[in-house]
Amino acid sequence: MTDNNQKEVLLHVDNLVKHFPITQGIIIQKQVGAVHAVDGVSFDIYKGETLGLVGESGCGKSTTGRTILQLYRPTSGSVYFEGKDLVAMKGEELRKTRKRMQMIFQDPYASLNPRMTVGEIIGEPMVIHKTHSGKDLEDRVADLLNLVGLNPAFSNRYPHEFSGGQRQRIGVARALALDPSLIVCDEPISALDVSIQAQVVNLLEDLQAELGLTYLFIAHDLSMVRHISDRVAVMYLGIIVELTDRDQLYNNPLHPYTQALLSAVPIPDPYAEEKRQRIILEGDVPSPVNPPSGCRFRTRCPLATTICEQEKPEFREIKPGHFVACHLV
Amino acid sequence: MADLLKVQGLETQFQTREGTVHAVNGVSFNLKEGETLGIVGESGCGKSVTVMSMLRLIPTPPGEVVAGQAVYQGKDLLKMSNDEIRHIRGSQISMVFQDPMTSFNPVLTIGRQVAEPLEIHNGANRQQSAERAAEMLEMVGIPKAKDRLNDYPHQFSGGMRQRVMIAMSLICTPQVLIADEPTTALDVTIQAQIVELVKRLRDELGMAIIWITHDLGIIAGLADRVMVMYAGLVIEEAPVKELYANPQHPYTLGLLESLPRVDESRDRRLASIDGLPPVLMEKPEFCPFAPRCKYALDRCWNENPGLLPVDGNSEHRAACWVDPETGRERA
Repeated sequence: MTDNNQKEVLLHVDNLVKHFPITQGIIIQKQVGAVHAVDGVSFDIYKGETLGLVGESGCGKSTTGRTILQLYRPTSGSVYFEGKDLVAMKGEELRKTRKRMQMIFQDPYASLNPRMTVGEIIGEPMVIHKTHSGKDLEDRVADLLNLVGLNPAFSNRYPHEFSGGQRQRIGVARALALDPSLIVCDEPISALDVSIQAQVVNLLEDLQAELGLTYLFIAHDLSMVRHISDRVAVMYLGIIVELTDRDQLYNNPLHPYTQALLSAVPIPDPYAEEKRQRIILEGDVPSPVNPPSGCRFRTRCPLATTICEQEKPEFREIKPGHFVACHLV
Repeated sequence: MADLLKVQGLETQFQTREGTVHAVNGVSFNLKEGETLGIVGESGCGKSVTVMSMLRLIPTPPGEVVAGQAVYQGKDLLKMSNDEIRHIRGSQISMVFQDPMTSFNPVLTIGRQVAEPLEIHNGANRQQSAERAAEMLEMVGIPKAKDRLNDYPHQFSGGMRQRVMIAMSLICTPQVLIADEPTTALDVTIQAQIVELVKRLRDELGMAIIWITHDLGIIAGLADRVMVMYAGLVIEEAPVKELYANPQHPYTLGLLESLPRVDESRDRRLASIDGLPPVLMEKPEFCPFAPRCKYALDRCWNENPGLLPVDGNSEHRAACWVDPETGRERA
């Protein structure tokens, strides 16, 4: 890894907001509220790194990933990919840029069309973008299957003939078909068994080393995120509360939510478990329809004071490369 | 301490269109009073089917318990009349299920559902049982429990519903609580809440717990003894500290090495276990892990070892011919 200032920014996300409208009425629909799924997140992803995005369910991490890829159009904010604003793009220009960014989905059982063969699934992006055809396409599909550790002879089989881990490999091959530079991995291993998870994670790491890929790795498993990421962002209720280098975050978490989250992760070691002090948070995550005033975390924060209720904490750079949104740090 | 429950040679099969699936292939274990036993394994290894068989909750057909016994207080649960086992389920042995979203009846109030076991098993009347239900809800940490008795399940969050389910399972003060992946559907901070709650209740009420999970992390801080299952068999069994410090079966070793740790800063490549778990269309005649095992010897392909004591330690047993330290056959 090179120094911070030498790193090339691949993706720059600036104050990204995505609200989903809540409507009432059948024929005449009027908007009565909004789910504040993502409420102003800003971060950079450097070329060749893995940025981990963690948080509990409903915190907006998947929505962030999808909004970056313009699968959802953002309510406001901008996403600069290789220097160009994706939000301002449309039509053919966006379609062409999409080649360079791909996604791996969570559920390998639902994200592959059961009526298409594996070869058709992996070849489809290349057919759509007219990059390969005929024999050339077949060769490329075989290469991709080899690359993800599957037998090229499988290309005329159907998804149901494969196990979960193998299907996830097919999903990875499809994402690689157009030589992307950015891959958004949306919980790619959470549907898999432990012994299979390691296989898929190792594959992702090998591919990154070989092809120079950049990953946005979305997950709720903090142990796996520590293993795979260079930097980690922690989300809570639509905002990023802390963002820094992997080891800095895990060894020296500054935001009370990050601290509680890390202390809640079980460690597979009875001796370590005995010695641990857990921070047990009270209650549940509030509804994103009506997020709390001021700091989003104040309703569960053991340290909250009056300022947390009145003012929204700024997302500040406390130390070089260490961003935190908390009044008390 | 005395054995509360003793399971011997349990075998369960399912008839499917493709043939007979051998889900559980001779599981034996015992549970002592007040002990917490963890059952760990990946999906399809038979951990849930084992306890469901024991409580006769396997739908027949397609499932059938074909062999074994499960002795609770001197009586075999598998041979009891339906009436007898009904008096044990939910009152002396109760269960918490994985999915708090689908395990409740959506059209009955929480108060009714939590109180129901008490009315059925202890003959309490509505008022007594409602009072007790409120106490139980209070105990599991539902705020303003009395006011919430008339709420419906959808008015509770996932973590709260799991608390309610625990209250329901404990209302008759059972001797054994079986928790089948109770925190798998929950977020980590909520999971930590539930684990702390169960630990507290265990200390207060002193029941024995069987905790089924695929997460080796959770069980480390919770169980007294752990059983690892693979292909419908127990492949290793040991006190919790012994198992993590000195795993003896290559599968247990592989699972522990494939887990990243949140407190680990060094970069290493995760050790993965190649291949896939077997499809159990026939009863394993040799070691079911042999096809994925890097230590496998000729003997492993011919004979199934069964649980063997490790270093003469009767508490730590592993079903493996090979000593993973030397790679040679155990002396």
